[in-house]
Amino acid sequence: MTTNSPSEKRLEELREQAWKNGVVAGRGVDITGGPIPRKPGYYGQPVVKPPVWTWEVPLYFFFGGVGGMSGVIALGGILFHRVDLALTAMWTAAIAGAVLSPILLIMDLGRPHLFLNMLRVFKHRSAMSMGAWILTAFGMSAVAGLITLELHAHQIFLGTFDQLLRLAAGIFIFGAAIFGTLLATYTGVLIGATAIPAWFLHRTLLPIHFGTAGLGSAAALLELLGHRIAALNFLGFYAAAVETALLIWLSVDKHGEADRAIHEHGSGWLIRIGEVLNGPLALVLRFFGLIPWAAISFLCGALVSRIGWIAVGKVSGSDPESVFAAERY
Amino acid sequence: MIGEGLQSTNQRKHSYVQDRVEVGFFTDPTVCIGCKACEVACKEWNQVPDDGFIWSGNSYDNTGHLGASTWRHVMFLEQDRQKGNQVTGPMGLLTQQSASPASPARTNQQSEDPFRWVFLSDVCKHCEKAGCLEACPTGSIVRTETGTVLVQDDVCNGCGYCVVSCPFGVIDRRPAPLPNAGGAFKCTFCYDRQKSGLTPACAKVCPTESIVFGRLDDLRARAKERVQHLKQNGYADAQLYDPTETSVRGIHAFFLILGEPEAYGLPPKPQVPTIYLKSAWTAAFATAIASIIATLAAFAFFS
Repeated sequence: MTTNSPSEKRLEELREQAWKNGVVAGRGVDITGGPIPRKPGYYGQPVVKPPVWTWEVPLYFFFGGVGGMSGVIALGGILFHRVDLALTAMWTAAIAGAVLSPILLIMDLGRPHLFLNMLRVFKHRSAMSMGAWILTAFGMSAVAGLITLELHAHQIFLGTFDQLLRLAAGIFIFGAAIFGTLLATYTGVLIGATAIPAWFLHRTLLPIHFGTAGLGSAAALLELLGHRIAALNFLGFYAAAVETALLIWLSVDKHGEADRAIHEHGSGWLIRIGEVLNGPLALVLRFFGLIPWAAISFLCGALVSRIGWIAVGKVSGSDPESVFAAERY
Repeated sequence: MIGEGLQSTNQRKHSYVQDRVEVGFFTDPTVCIGCKACEVACKEWNQVPDDGFIWSGNSYDNTGHLGASTWRHVMFLEQDRQKGNQVTGPMGLLTQQSASPASPARTNQQSEDPFRWVFLSDVCKHCEKAGCLEACPTGSIVRTETGTVLVQDDVCNGCGYCVVSCPFGVIDRRPAPLPNAGGAFKCTFCYDRQKSGLTPACAKVCPTESIVFGRLDDLRARAKERVQHLKQNGYADAQLYDPTETSVRGIHAFFLILGEPEAYGLPPKPQVPTIYLKSAWTAAFATAIASIIATLAAFAFFS
């Protein structure tokens, strides 16, 4: 082998680099620690702490969205005399919002047996505290609304008592609708008002995305449960259109290093896949009348993008350069 | 006794809790010798479990960062910068001579490649407006009589929201199988010791008084003087790290640093996340109203 071969040249090059710089970096060779650290920040250590939340939280965001927005659809159902739809919607509201959501939220706690401590205080400055109260109010309205509506729909009681039940069902379902919209949207505030750069830079987008994804998911789920009506189809179009707009917003509103977790890494792919599934793809499928496929696409997209946003938080929170870059905004 | 200079407040009994006096830590890396006595004292007094024995390869620092089981953390920075002249006070060898360019110390310094080693003992900043305290949904995190931020372990249910709300990445949830796992932990400012008139364990053991415990107003004045003094003695990049101009509105455990805060993993402009609430809630309410209108419109026009 001659000394002019590329491999020998490469070795010469490395020797020269070592002589000049006192250090050589290469693939698989980590030079952190010596003699002068060259990683961002303090040895590349995270500046803020990434979230400790596990799979329960994105799933809770998903079911909270479905359950909460089912309450709104149930309100539409009773106001426009579609009691059958309202009943199904109240069942999904109660199961997703009043049973699954609290279970998932409690499972994620480090000390689940102390979950009632959430109701010790009422703090409007803490989105987590507001969320705990919203979930409690929604859960009680949804369960009470479901029971009263079932009793009224099956004419269990007659006369004045039935009229009272009808009135009570109306009030509870109204409550479920109001607290339901907050349950579906507050989760965006929850992660938007944190120290994680990729989250707080998109704090306006997040509640819009989570709320609209919740509404579309609720409509999609009810369609899959057999309620193929024009009103739900319209809501499907509305949600998919808004999600498409949000996908465009997210790809335009870039913040460079500060929110690169959204545009790079596996976390970025989760966000994109989720947004395409519940945005453009759901819209196109619905346009061609493939309603069940559009519904499935939207539900999958809503779930994947929730998982994506939590993954983004973990990547962004572990990235010191993101934190420094975000503070320059 | 060691460290009992004229200004020392570290070894004195006090009644700050009873008198409701705001206290603080002033940590000065220019006198830190990197002995890690503060880390050890903190772990021993507070009975904090070990959080793994990992060989980091980062200088002499195998602690890494603050966390649920690390409430004091001595950083070891290696920088390609001039070290400045050693400032050791009246007994120092170089304080006077080094002013003249002819002194051997000076010439020696200039002929070398610039290099310096900085040690800084990091700790919870006990913010004036604390992200963790604002975020806590159980009321577990409170402000004490001395203005410090304390987690009441028996109340914390481990929701993890304080973890993402701290702009300094200090507080964390302790993972199983460590003792008291599941709860959020951080520096308590030795509230238990303070109630008995004792100084925090880390300040008590610091042999060079790199960590100074005392009244916040005293410490702030003292820190300003120290920066002045250092600047006059060759440490041109000495500055205070106390973000009073951001929404955090100052920290009770503040630092003197050499160079930029980024090198210490300190955010240059930390913000308390509650400032983001207004825009986020506005978007949430707008979405809530839009969803109700869209639903009612859907039923009104399509049924």
